[in-house]
Amino acid sequence: MSTLIAAVLVFATLFMIGGIIKKAIQFSKTPAPLKIPVTPAPKSTGGVVLRMAKEVVLFSALFRASKWTWLFGWLFHVSLALAFIRHLRYIIDPEGIFGFMMPVISLWIVQLAGQYAAFGMLIGLGGLLARRFLVARVRYISAPSDYLMLILIMAIAFSGFLMSFVPGFSVDIVQVKLFMLGILSFNLQDLPEGTVLVAHLVLVAILGLVLPISKLLHIPGVFFAPTRNQVDNPREKRHIADWAKPLDKTRENYPELVASREPKAEEA
Amino acid sequence: MADYEVPEVKEYAVVPMPKDDVTNHLRPFVAKPEFQEAMGYAGKKVHDDPKEMPEYVLVDGWKEKALDKMGDLLGRYRSLQVFMDSCVKCGACTDKCHYFLGTGDAKNMPVARQDLLRSVYRRYFTFAGKYFPKLVGAKDLTEEVVDDWYSYFHQCSECRRCAVFCPYGIDTAEVTMAAREILAHIGRGQKYANEIIGKVFTIGNNLGLPEKALKNVLEGLEEDVEYDIEVEVKFPLDEKGKDILLVTPSADFFAEPHIDGLIGYAKVFHQTNTSWTLSSIASEAGNFGLFIGSYENMQRISMRVREAALQLGVKRIVYGECGHAWRVGYSFLNTLAGPFDFLDQNYPIPQHICEFTLDKLEKGELTIDKSRNDDKTVTFHDSCNVARGSGMGTEPGGQFTIPRAVIKAVCNNYVDMEKDTIHDATFCCGGGGGLLTDDLMEIRVKGILPRATALINAKEESGVTHMAAICAICKSQFTKVLPYYGFTMDQIVSVHQLVSDAIVLEGQVDPED
Ligand code: SF4
Ligand code: SF4
Repeated sequence: MSTLIAAVLVFATLFMIGGIIKKAIQFSKTPAPLKIPVTPAPKSTGGVVLRMAKEVVLFSALFRASKWTWLFGWLFHVSLALAFIRHLRYIIDPEGIFGFMMPVISLWIVQLAGQYAAFGMLIGLGGLLARRFLVARVRYISAPSDYLMLILIMAIAFSGFLMSFVPGFSVDIVQVKLFMLGILSFNLQDLPEGTVLVAHLVLVAILGLVLPISKLLHIPGVFFAPTRNQVDNPREKRHIADWAKPLDKTRENYPELVASREPKAEEA
Repeated sequence: MADYEVPEVKEYAVVPMPKDDVTNHLRPFVAKPEFQEAMGYAGKKVHDDPKEMPEYVLVDGWKEKALDKMGDLLGRYRSLQVFMDSCVKCGACTDKCHYFLGTGDAKNMPVARQDLLRSVYRRYFTFAGKYFPKLVGAKDLTEEVVDDWYSYFHQCSECRRCAVFCPYGIDTAEVTMAAREILAHIGRGQKYANEIIGKVFTIGNNLGLPEKALKNVLEGLEEDVEYDIEVEVKFPLDEKGKDILLVTPSADFFAEPHIDGLIGYAKVFHQTNTSWTLSSIASEAGNFGLFIGSYENMQRISMRVREAALQLGVKRIVYGECGHAWRVGYSFLNTLAGPFDFLDQNYPIPQHICEFTLDKLEKGELTIDKSRNDDKTVTFHDSCNVARGSGMGTEPGGQFTIPRAVIKAVCNNYVDMEKDTIHDATFCCGGGGGLLTDDLMEIRVKGILPRATALINAKEESGVTHMAAICAICKSQFTKVLPYYGFTMDQIVSVHQLVSDAIVLEGQVDPED
């Protein structure tokens, strides 16, 4: 059993990382032939970094668009980040190269925030799910996968909540850490007993597998939208895509332009 | 008269319940195969009987051609690839489109519009869509889907309002442009846009106004102005060795209130002793290549500006009042037709007429009598392509402050419309993006609703009498469609018309009232 779970986790992780990298490469290799930032846009790279940071960290466009969606969406994402940080303790070897992060991660406050993040995730996701059912416009645009994705992450959060808050479901976290570090050091250890733990890990693996083939690609996508990440300097700088270069060379030859260069016949 | 109802204006903009197939029937006329082919597209006629109504069908092998084109565009446009993959269906954009607000048609919600293309993308280009189509909302490409594309991608004015609010910056305009490009390759080009582009190539402007006619119009204008104020204001055409080439939408040569704007530019040039000329090769600032998503056509049209500047030997290029032209001018011209190293580098290339005029106003080179506009309380409509697709001046947001500064310098009474309907949240006039055609009148009348609501509120709360704009399409759409909402045509003004009304030229004799 431990071996199987370990194999699933390893495969899902590699698939996820590989998938995201592949997408990020595809995104970055696809040219953006024209300057299309949604204006007003920053005139400098520094400004663009700030604009992107505001979007990625604060979801500022969403805030302008819809306060409820922002509230639930932001709550969910921040909680997810906190829970993620809490979980780092399972995969960081205090003696290893990332060991220096341990003191921060094991801070009482960080761990507590990560623990209570389960509630944040559940409330945020619950709100997003309710919105999908209740708002006719959002219902119209939702596919089955849009609901399932929310339910999947809710199930992950809920199983985590059970293990950390409900005494009957608690697991031997020291052994979990040994198991995880075992995977990372190719020295497999036993996974402690616990159906909820197995469910939690399998669900996470499913999430990892779904990520690169679904709308969860918004994770790399958010960094690549030319509408947000371009500097607004088109009058100062030419911006030519590789595929447009041949056009650039032949463009003087349009027949109607050539004709217009010929001296006009004297008018009668 | 029309067999549809003008939407009812409520005190506040109401978000409708999404309904299916409200405006499915609204689609523009299809371009003739001859026009299609001349632009590098395809087209097919059912029969050649001149007595019958022509009917244009999808070309042979359309499905493969459409998918090939989609693949090609996905590989050439990062925006398209990223936008196809990144939408999380959060719904933030669903109530942001004026066409949805005006029609209630579910497919006019920006994300639903994108999904018309995205569902096909998923089906043919993604793992999940190939193997679990139902689960992820992937769809086969059928003729019905193509019909939906043709309807709803011509109910998008590419205004980018949705993009402002999307957490991933997904710009439906980019999706619409891609879809139109695909449609054009399978025999569903849009007649209005494509035939206009044809006219630019053969005659030189969107209106098909030949050089001689243009010359006559300009001479007529000189006479009119002289008759009005007894000052000889020139409207030069194709004069070599001038400082400035003015590129302006051809509507400025004959439509109201556009022409009053043109008179305004001429007066500003006259009073500041600026030497300038128009060009018959570039007698059109507009560039419908943008609307149909065609880099090649957009470049070919843009090249006319470069050519005119070279042939006439000017030092600077200034653009007149036109929204999408300014997006192309500001954001793309340098890329498409640059480098402009032969022009004077001390000025922005190109420069907007509002930038030019504000500079002269600030330097005190213009004699302005603001009281001449005291009969008006003016508001300003931010045109979408200027607001969200370009800039002015050196600071972000100059496109909002500069035109307003020009207006305030020539008018005593100015008020803005409601905050969520101006600046980058501005609502489209309803006729942008290649929709300014009679065959799409119904969607134009409905799509103007949010703007009309804001204007009516401004009228009632602050006594606004006139709305100024710096876009030829906005002005045409407003003068034609706002009368459905109780306004008169003359309540729409060009920004430079206000300048023209307030400016006092040396030796000017005002007509007795
Ligand atoms: S706002 Fe953006 S991510 Fe949200 S549904 Fe609309 S297009 Fe998709
Ligand atoms: S670009 Fe404008 S018209 Fe098109 S979907 Fe977005 S808001 Fe609507």
